[in-house]
Amino acid sequence: MDYQFDFSVVTQNFGALLQGLLVTAELWVICAAGGATLGVCIALARLSPRRWLSLPSLVYVQLFRNTPVLIQLIWFYYAFPIVVGQQLTPFVAVVLGLGLNTSAYCAEIFRGGIISLTRGQWEGAKAIGMSQSMALRRVIMPQVFRRMLPALTNRVIEVGKMSSLASVLSVPELMYQGRLLSSTFYRPFEVITTLAIIYFLLIFPSGLFSRWLEVRMARGK
Amino acid sequence: MNKPILSVTDLHKSFGPQHVLKGISLDVQAGERIAIIGGSGSGKSTFLRCINFMEMPSQGRIALDGHSLGSVKQTRAGETRVNYAERELCQVRARVGMVFQQFNLFPHMTVLENVMEGLVTVKRAAKTEAREVALSQLTKVGLSNRLDAYPSQLSGGQQQRVAIARALAMEPEIILFDEPTSSLDPELVGEVLRSIRVLADEGRTMLLVTHELGFAYHFATKVIFLADGVFHEVGTPEEVLKEPKQQKTKEFLRRFNEFAF
Repeated sequence: MDYQFDFSVVTQNFGALLQGLLVTAELWVICAAGGATLGVCIALARLSPRRWLSLPSLVYVQLFRNTPVLIQLIWFYYAFPIVVGQQLTPFVAVVLGLGLNTSAYCAEIFRGGIISLTRGQWEGAKAIGMSQSMALRRVIMPQVFRRMLPALTNRVIEVGKMSSLASVLSVPELMYQGRLLSSTFYRPFEVITTLAIIYFLLIFPSGLFSRWLEVRMARGK
Repeated sequence: MNKPILSVTDLHKSFGPQHVLKGISLDVQAGERIAIIGGSGSGKSTFLRCINFMEMPSQGRIALDGHSLGSVKQTRAGETRVNYAERELCQVRARVGMVFQQFNLFPHMTVLENVMEGLVTVKRAAKTEAREVALSQLTKVGLSNRLDAYPSQLSGGQQQRVAIARALAMEPEIILFDEPTSSLDPELVGEVLRSIRVLADEGRTMLLVTHELGFAYHFATKVIFLADGVFHEVGTPEEVLKEPKQQKTKEFLRRFNEFAF
């Protein structure tokens, strides 16, 4: 191997990568938090006895789970504006595509968690006078969250990595900045390796945090 | 006779094609303790669960303090239906406590938090006040030393006593016990029954579905033998358990005493 490593391209342009990192983090937080929140609503709709709620949410989940996320992102940028008659910025298109995709997966996680709880938990809550929504908030969801934390963590990690797909819509996130550097200076090895390390350093702690949460909450098991 | 605090009129309950309760009427006076006995599948638990609307009655009315619950609606087919608003059901359930066979404690909360929960969220009591009430109820059931334990760290008997304290904390006018000792190891039954007896001594109004006939005899002011979805025999513990008149009651008691020594 007579390749001459030269990481100066990375060190000299670290500012550009940091800017990208900021956008990546932004996408990650918005899509993960928004997706999980919307996921709870969709899970509840899925479990509703009212068909006009459960049926559309079923279709929604299946659509997002059974098509490639890359197509979803591109669709939201190029096709969705035709439907609504309003051009979106690439960033908004990615937030929509990635956020809604995440919500579909989270909905399935929450739904699984809710049906894994026995009827007795609902009854215990109702027997002291709690309304349906109060029982959900105080008794059911805290337990669902505990049970489903490992699955949710997986999802959150996945979103962090999937955010790199935003580069195809020219959102200036980490992957996009890196590819720009790599093709400008033709230093793919140095730049892409650095990218991978940055992604790792960004995402790895979230797994540790989740593990810590899991242990902390396991007391009540 | 005084006005009954609970009045059930012609209660029916069906699960699909299965007609479980076939017209039950019962007036409960304040301070009465009613034990409901009967074979498995006789509908005794279903009856109890209809009183606080854990199951929705298919037909019939329930009145609390002379106030009929739900509102009658005429369906298009000309039948009458009783509709219940969630708000009303919640109010009823806060006034009619229930203790379950499977305890149904909240596993993610400590003993103290379990008992405080209804006070804080449903009754909107201040935390300090709720804590005080919870503490006194837990003391009554003998668990003031396990406040910070989680349900999974307790024995079945202890869990059921926490569940009793949780129901009591809401200061219910009536308490329903749905086979409270049926899922307990035999040696743990006594501690739960003793806690229930303390409540009896306080003059509380209680309905108890049980297989513990001995306890029913000592505890109840009235015993009901339920079979095939109707009240077959109603009377004092002496009348129903010692000198039953109905053939079915006699057979039921004979089966129970088969292995007595």
